[in-house]
Amino acid sequence: MIPQNSFFEAGRECSSGDFELNMKNIRNFSIIAHIDHGKSTLADRLIQATDIISDRDFHDQILDSMDIERERGITIKSQTVCLPYTAKDGQTYFLNLIDTPGHVDFSYEVSRALASCEGALLLVDASQGVEAQTLANLYLALEHDLEIIPVINKIDLPSADIERVRKQIEDDLGLDSETAILASAKDGIGIEDVLEGIVNRLPPPLSGDAEAPLKALIFDSHYDPFRGTIVHLRVSQGKIKAGDVISFMSNNASYKVEEVGIFQIVRVPAKSLSAGQVGYMIAGIKTVSDTRCGDTITLKKQPCDSPMSGFKETKPVVFSSIYPVASDGYEDLVIALEKLKLNDASLIYEKDSSAALGFGFRCGFLGLLHLEVVQERLEREYDLSLILTAPSVQYEIIMNDGSSEIIDNPALYPDPTRIQTTKEPFIRAAIIIPDRYMGAVMSLCLERRGINKNYQYLTNNRLEMIFEIPLAEVVYDFYDRLKSVTQGYGSFDYDIIDYRETDLVKTDILINGERVDALSQLVHRDRSVERARLACERLRDEIPRQMFKIAIQGAIGAKIIARKTVSPFRKDVTAKCYGGDISRKRKLLEKQKKGKKRMKMVGQVMIPQAAFLSVLKTDNS
Amino acid sequence: MENPCQAEPAGIYVHIPFCVWKCPYCDFYSITDMSLKEAFLGALLDEMQIGKETGFFQKTRFSYDTLYIGGGTPSVLDAEQISRIIEAACRSFQILSDAEITIEVNPGTVTPEQLRGYRHAGVNRINIGVQSFQDANLKFLGRIHSAQNAHLAIRQARDAGFENLGLDLIYGIPGQSEKSWLADLHRAVAYRPEHLSCYMLTFESGTQMDDDRKKGRFCPADEALTARLFETTISFLEDHGYAQYEISNFARSVSKRSRHNQKYWTDAPYRGLGPSAHSFAEARRCWNFRSVKKYVETLSTGKLPIEEKETLTREQRILETIYTGLRKTYGIDIDKFNKKFSTNFEEILGERIMPLEEKGLIQRSQNRCFLSRRGMLFFDSIVSILVQECKN
Ligand SMILES: Nc1nc2c(ncn2[C@@H]2O[C@H](COP(=O)(O)OP(=O)(O)OP(=O)(O)O)[C@@H](O)[C@H]2O)c(=O)[nH]1
Ligand code: SF4
Ligand SMILES: [Mg+2]
Repeated sequence: MIPQNSFFEAGRECSSGDFELNMKNIRNFSIIAHIDHGKSTLADRLIQATDIISDRDFHDQILDSMDIERERGITIKSQTVCLPYTAKDGQTYFLNLIDTPGHVDFSYEVSRALASCEGALLLVDASQGVEAQTLANLYLALEHDLEIIPVINKIDLPSADIERVRKQIEDDLGLDSETAILASAKDGIGIEDVLEGIVNRLPPPLSGDAEAPLKALIFDSHYDPFRGTIVHLRVSQGKIKAGDVISFMSNNASYKVEEVGIFQIVRVPAKSLSAGQVGYMIAGIKTVSDTRCGDTITLKKQPCDSPMSGFKETKPVVFSSIYPVASDGYEDLVIALEKLKLNDASLIYEKDSSAALGFGFRCGFLGLLHLEVVQERLEREYDLSLILTAPSVQYEIIMNDGSSEIIDNPALYPDPTRIQTTKEPFIRAAIIIPDRYMGAVMSLCLERRGINKNYQYLTNNRLEMIFEIPLAEVVYDFYDRLKSVTQGYGSFDYDIIDYRETDLVKTDILINGERVDALSQLVHRDRSVERARLACERLRDEIPRQMFKIAIQGAIGAKIIARKTVSPFRKDVTAKCYGGDISRKRKLLEKQKKGKKRMKMVGQVMIPQAAFLSVLKTDNS
Repeated sequence: MENPCQAEPAGIYVHIPFCVWKCPYCDFYSITDMSLKEAFLGALLDEMQIGKETGFFQKTRFSYDTLYIGGGTPSVLDAEQISRIIEAACRSFQILSDAEITIEVNPGTVTPEQLRGYRHAGVNRINIGVQSFQDANLKFLGRIHSAQNAHLAIRQARDAGFENLGLDLIYGIPGQSEKSWLADLHRAVAYRPEHLSCYMLTFESGTQMDDDRKKGRFCPADEALTARLFETTISFLEDHGYAQYEISNFARSVSKRSRHNQKYWTDAPYRGLGPSAHSFAEARRCWNFRSVKKYVETLSTGKLPIEEKETLTREQRILETIYTGLRKTYGIDIDKFNKKFSTNFEEILGERIMPLEEKGLIQRSQNRCFLSRRGMLFFDSIVSILVQECKN
């Protein structure tokens, strides 16, 4: 199944002879940057420079292997690739490169990647300069004590301003701009400097003892239908090889190793992996839940003393419930989520149920893009069709009796008469923009109930503005809006700071008088009418006309705040049906039948999946 | 002859793929290039000759009690040509002596001599594409004939000795009022035709008219009005002695229904000849190329001009039986259905029929399941509800 095109096949076995012992010839590093600054493109050039793939098999952003990454042109998953590189000093080095995503929603991928590295290339777009995630990712790297090489990328652009960017690297990042490597990943400029920089400026892995008991960290995994769970690991001491009996330290599950190897676009088997190396392990792991990201692997017979510290838990910020459209789709969804979780450690879920949609899961996401990606991956990789409920943040509800609850699910929202106060999460948003957009950003943030706390000039015309904004206002389309009002120049990063009192209401949607629980939303009172109206409009546009009138209402409690109708059709009849028409009509009906599998009946009304999803869409009006 | 299991007689459909002019709403296959006429005729006769012993109908030797010459515009062919077709058909297939032999003609393309010739050739039923008795409507429909032509054609057909006469009409035309449609119906029944087909104007995708509609070049008739016309038509014709037997078809008596067309709605076997014609027997269906050129070319190599074949699964047959069955006022024959599919109609469909029954859209009596008059207006939706996830 795995094409084996590696150089190891050509006689150089990865774990044979002196290489194994020569940890000083290994470099583990990540490429980090703000979104779109060219990480994956730089990875392409490094891969090509080291010849692990033929020109015929190569394509741009080769590490972005998922369809959705290619379609959206962004990296979602960190990817590891092991590059053999013969440096100017004549020695061959093994460079374990990890390409990371730039979008905030996937920062967990970045932080896990950094945990298995000693160094990082920090890319800065020569025309965009330092942006919010440049800073955020730098801080992450510093937390892990990594050696950092700044790389100014895209110097081929006419708008590149290298001097300005150097100054930003100096002033904003506090790095020595003299050491920055100038590169154009697109045109292949500076690639050798980058490779030499990696070899000469980044440290080799700490000399973990290759003879000590095995200790390896699981930093990722994925499910392969033929081979079970494939664990991505970094060995920190000892060594692992086929035939070893290993155990997972968190649950003592134990397996016999079938194969270990390294990633070189494809999986390349190796005799063993030893301290300092990054690679994979296959051990016939069919129980999906046995593998946990952050767990430590050791030898069953000769365990190491203590597990590694693992990773910080992720804190989801938006929550939504996922239901299968097919009435018998729950079991499939259970399996799919379990398997997806292997490859997306930031996904959090628990069982949920809805009167309208049956059994499903309440899931926590790192942002709306993450939510979309999870939905799409579940649909594509596991062939499911899903309905998601409106995303919500977590609210703190303080009841009349003084008790308090954290609620993110409208279904669990208590009777309002029992509520004393409601609090919502606020964030501190740091927005970096050229100063000419100050007014536009100010009004965007105020419109989102934000409070401007501060602003400061970074380098010349660049401004960092600090706002405190309700998280609920940001998870919607804030990032897109910021991009659009700043013509792509604005970037932002945030931290949750505290919970503040708010005026929350629950809006319901009724279809022909029947409340559809999955369409309820928790919103600020000021937004309720607008949101309910928007939901009603979207539903009206997406619910196909039927034989009878369909009333769509938005309500708070018993009070109707929005109303739309889908008028019935008055006729729906094919006038002619003779010999030549029947087959075609049948095919049409069969197609409809398939389409109906993507619909839900609420009372007598067929609601297409698209209608449920349209309610989630943010307004781009 | 030596075929004992000849349960029900089959029908033959011959598609004449020529029209003087392509009407913008029409999605039947036809071309206006008359130079291919002779080549087509030759090929058609070949198809009969080859098809008689090979291919689709090989296994069962059918006898035929209908021959339907449709199109297109069969009346672009003269009497001699029609006669050749009928004779060849009789030579190749076992056509019963009392077979219903129908021809479709268009006003403006026929002469009295031609009509007499058709009659003489053995045609015993004629269907005239009148569409409307009003020039404005005919113009909107892009027909080549005038109201005057229509009147004339009917009289000439009667004069030529056609005792079994059918007329086609179209309603739901932009600008048409209820009164104006009733006027057309009045004129039609005045001729006491044996049969009437009244079609609601529909916009089939791929037609010029559908394209114009999408581009907003005209405004389709009001849906509610057209829906009312549907019901008006049924009551009006009932009052004038015409019973509806299919969504768009009416006859003065059971024996005057189109014997041929009923085969389509009862899963009866039929053999289609000519470009784009469909053949069907039991669970198998095939159809010819939708191109005169390809049709002629293929036959010239001695092969049948079949574009595609399909064998229906049981589920697909059930779906088609429901679809075609509910078009008839008689509806689905439940006993037959159960026997044919060795199943229980009630069990597989009862649950979905019930709510529709409550709304008065569908009815059941003894052995039948059929749409109410209102139900027929929602035929497409209802079928779609009934066949979804058809467990069987
Ligand atoms: N002109 C120019 N364009 C570049 C260069 N490097 C990358 N790009 C372009 O910048 C865009 C983003 O490149 P990617 O490599 O996907 O960026 P990324 O940092 O991996 O993006 P994310 O993974 O989504 O964070 C693509 O259109 C690249 O072609 C460069 O050196 N010069
Ligand atoms: S005459 Fe009949 S078959 Fe020919 S184009 Fe017009 S409607 Fe269609
Ligand atoms: Mg990328």
